[in-house]
Amino acid sequence: MSKDKNTNKNQELIEEKEYSTLNLGPTHPATHGIFQNVLKMDGEIIMDSEATVGYIHRAFEKLAERRPYYQITPITDRLNYCSSPINNMGWHMTVEKLMGIEIPKRVQYMRVIIMELARIADHVICNSVIGVDTGAMTGFLYIFQMRERIYDIYEELCGARLTTNIGRIGGLERDFSPKAWDLLDKFLKDFPPALKEFENLLMRNRIFMDRTVNCGPISAERALNYSFSGPNLRAAGVDYDVRVMNPYSSYEEFDFIIPVGTQGDTYDRFMVRQQEMWESVKIINQAIAKIKKEPAGVYHADVPEFFLPPKEEVYNNMEALIYHFKIVMGETEIPKGEVYHAVEGGNGELGFYLISDGGRTPYRLHMRRPCFIYYQAYAEMIKGQMLSDAILTMSSMNVIAGELDA
Amino acid sequence: MENTLLDKVAEKLKTQFGDGFVSSSMNVDYPEFVVKRDIICEVVDFLYKDEELAFQYLTTMATIHYPENQGHEFAVMYQLHNLPKNLRIRIKIVFSSSDVNVPSITSVFSAANWMERQEYDFFGIIFRGHPNLKRILNMDDLGYHPMRKEYALEDGTREDKADKMFGR
Repeated sequence: MSKDKNTNKNQELIEEKEYSTLNLGPTHPATHGIFQNVLKMDGEIIMDSEATVGYIHRAFEKLAERRPYYQITPITDRLNYCSSPINNMGWHMTVEKLMGIEIPKRVQYMRVIIMELARIADHVICNSVIGVDTGAMTGFLYIFQMRERIYDIYEELCGARLTTNIGRIGGLERDFSPKAWDLLDKFLKDFPPALKEFENLLMRNRIFMDRTVNCGPISAERALNYSFSGPNLRAAGVDYDVRVMNPYSSYEEFDFIIPVGTQGDTYDRFMVRQQEMWESVKIINQAIAKIKKEPAGVYHADVPEFFLPPKEEVYNNMEALIYHFKIVMGETEIPKGEVYHAVEGGNGELGFYLISDGGRTPYRLHMRRPCFIYYQAYAEMIKGQMLSDAILTMSSMNVIAGELDA
Repeated sequence: MENTLLDKVAEKLKTQFGDGFVSSSMNVDYPEFVVKRDIICEVVDFLYKDEELAFQYLTTMATIHYPENQGHEFAVMYQLHNLPKNLRIRIKIVFSSSDVNVPSITSVFSAANWMERQEYDFFGIIFRGHPNLKRILNMDDLGYHPMRKEYALEDGTREDKADKMFGR
């Protein structure tokens, strides 16, 4: 009897000795955000893990139920803050879809330019962080200047750099200034060589490839079952891109390819983002060419009930004053209905599911946040991998706490 | 195209589930089908496995609270996508707040795991058969489900703020 007890105890001791529990995060520098992962480790190998999220939850969906449509734009900025203009435009397009507003072509192309710049900024930060996590700080320091240049363009367009709040329901708040066009031209001239340099540093780098190939892989089948989207899904070999499947903002007129990977590992995710940046540059150049053919000066649709009029008109024109107050007080009427609109965000399909009961605030707004959806696969992706691979997998998935926790 | 999809899916669901199928309608953008709550897992599984329809991608799911709808206070919406053919539909279930048990669809879609946890967290919908149904974004001892309509965003005891003056 007592012998049995001892054996059991020994067994417990052996089990305790074999596996150790490691708390990775919540505020670990390598997680690039506030995520907690409780890892069950066998030496350096991860046997099991559990993720805890919600550290910066800010009740976006609840907030949205209490805000007029017009005032929801600033809260979308704070979702994926690396590419906030895409979130802004996604929200505006959702409301436009519900109201059936037709947007002038020039505005659509301008939106495409802004969204592709945002995509570049998003991918630049993600890919350079993968570099940092493999030990290559250099790439990060150099390519980051390019992100700053994109932020300079945002600043010229709307006055803000990170939480941009670019655009309004029905178009853009103001036209691109001549300085903005200059900055954009300079960026398009300087970015390709910088990107090439960055690729030369990492793409065929032996250390980088050793660290990233076969690191955190996921099969196409599993990725689809987990509802992956964006570069993470394409790296697994599925060519699903919202811009091609359900074109919005005239994306169907642009000529670009969807890069896909094969293994769904960190290296593929890196490469897909890398190639997407080249495609984005191509799209921006096409959009600029198209804008030149459109009548100048158009920067919004004719929806005065949604569009804050210029200040000088508010002071001197009764109609403008009325609209100004109606918009600011949130008195504009929205048709009843239920609508879903998705855009290809920096890291996947960002969708807004909106129910309007005809009131001045949404009855229900649900956001399909790509990060939230694929972070749940993280445990499966790092199982059996080394601890250092877990770090790389997380940064290559481009998980952003603002969007995950919303 | 959408109307034929609407008819086709409605037809198939009617043949397969009979009384379980409640109604179908065309929304602003996608067809929408209402089915009985207890068979939601079977419906999703059927749509997944059916060779012609093959809705094998769960885009998102959301719960909607209608406190005024006596006896039908809650609705859960599942949005499915057929990627190769690019078809999207919505499946809805409607039920009363007195019984908020819903079958979990995690056996069909791994992606439903966190989505269902989120709906449980915010609306208190109990997903039967969920492997790990606990709060996800809010703290564990919150004690209520904040997205339900009875919980106002603002502090209801404040008298110094008249909501109507601030567009709320």
